[in-house]
Amino acid sequence: MTSPTTAQLRKTALNAEHRRLKAKMVNFGGWDMPVEYSGIVSEHMATRTAAGLFDVSHMGEIEVFGEDALALVQHVTCNDASRLAIGQAQYSGLMTPQGTFVDDLLVHKISDKHYFLCVNAGTQDQDFEHILANNHTGAQIENAGARYSQLAIQGPKALAILQALTPVPLNSVPYYHFTFGDVDGVDCLIARTGYTGEDGFEIYFPPDQSEKLWNDLMEAGSGVGMIPCGLGARNTLRLEASMCLYGHEIDDTTTPYEAGLGWICKPNKGEFLGRDALVRQKEKGLERTLVGFEMQDRLIARDACGVCAEGKAIGRVTSGSPAPFLKKNIGMAYVPPVFRAPGTEISVEIRGKQAPARIVPMPFYKRAK
Amino acid sequence: MYPSDYRYTKEHEWIKVSGDTGTIGITDYAQHELGDVVFVELPAAGTKITTGDVFGTIESVKAVSEIYAPVSGEVIEANAALTAAPETVNSDPHGAAWLIKIKLANPAEVSSLMDAAAYQAFVSEKEASA
Repeated sequence: MTSPTTAQLRKTALNAEHRRLKAKMVNFGGWDMPVEYSGIVSEHMATRTAAGLFDVSHMGEIEVFGEDALALVQHVTCNDASRLAIGQAQYSGLMTPQGTFVDDLLVHKISDKHYFLCVNAGTQDQDFEHILANNHTGAQIENAGARYSQLAIQGPKALAILQALTPVPLNSVPYYHFTFGDVDGVDCLIARTGYTGEDGFEIYFPPDQSEKLWNDLMEAGSGVGMIPCGLGARNTLRLEASMCLYGHEIDDTTTPYEAGLGWICKPNKGEFLGRDALVRQKEKGLERTLVGFEMQDRLIARDACGVCAEGKAIGRVTSGSPAPFLKKNIGMAYVPPVFRAPGTEISVEIRGKQAPARIVPMPFYKRAK
Repeated sequence: MYPSDYRYTKEHEWIKVSGDTGTIGITDYAQHELGDVVFVELPAAGTKITTGDVFGTIESVKAVSEIYAPVSGEVIEANAALTAAPETVNSDPHGAAWLIKIKLANPAEVSSLMDAAAYQAFVSEKEASA
């Protein structure tokens, strides 16, 4: 059942539009957000086969300015931002001194003196405080979430739909790159990024332009199958694509290596928060690792279900759900590395029963290029 | 919307009585709150159920919901068609997606449940506060 909405909840600039569309609304990280419009399955399938439009304006933006901008970004994140070209973005982790996640984020390099960070909704204020507290440089930091709305246009038809509203040649923007340009008369940061496993774009712009952009994008896309999508489909899409969700696969008790994110961990770049702990963990070996599994009967694993193998408890499900496109019941869990090999038989505790499951390779879903 | 010959619970189950047999399902309000139903787990024939106890589970993509017995009785039949087509719960909650048929332990129990008008008022109030 959905939580009642209260006055304290934060609202995106599109809140009235979601209610007009009769979306089911939920409290997500303190924000009153649409979880579904027409239904999670139809929204998920539309994004895989045509396109989906998501209001993700709850996401936070933090901007870092000045001569020392790179030094500060390098100090608080685990990926190597010095490798970014202007107009390039990278997935990274905001680290504690223990090498665990304060948050995961996208780092965009706007210039040598300006980095634009996209962070999670529920963590944006603590992220900002954490960066501020660890800033021993001359860099300036702005908690800029209130200055931006964000829309995600995702799916195989996303490029063509967005192209109809912008003179920017979108084909010239590679994956994980961005540019600034006019969309529908509005100055936007246009990034070829997403959280669905599909091609697509995330655009950032002033909140007062939200209704115009939403409505004109819907008009441009509805004829080719684009529909509005909520956080429910966003979650099933990212799970099929095996992307981590803060608070589930990653949090301040998990490290990038445990989460299978060694590729965003660059200890050779020089000092950063958590570096020593991460180097030690890599030398010592992992006690647990994130795996993907598929249920072998009709039961559905859910977040926090216990995982067993060889008659003993070995871990816990971090995310579990039906996968609408794959038409399987899938999940991710932390288990000791000895159980990580694809094909390993495990069981998931569901309503007191041990339901059989099998480790499978991730990602569960990968789009055809 | 809500059939006038059914009775309803605050947990959004319905029951239709015919003689000493009751047919039980979930309401349109309940299926809408759940979203796309993907799995239904029901008790076998012969199972005894007691008023207010959980007798089954319905899962949507997003959520797990337990189903409570509106009255006591013994299961005569569970709707096997829902195993292959759980989405029927969304498309026809008051008809084809009945969950179980029971032999009523005490037919008089049914009269304590809400009638259609009372249930409609109950869900209208919930929708207004959402």
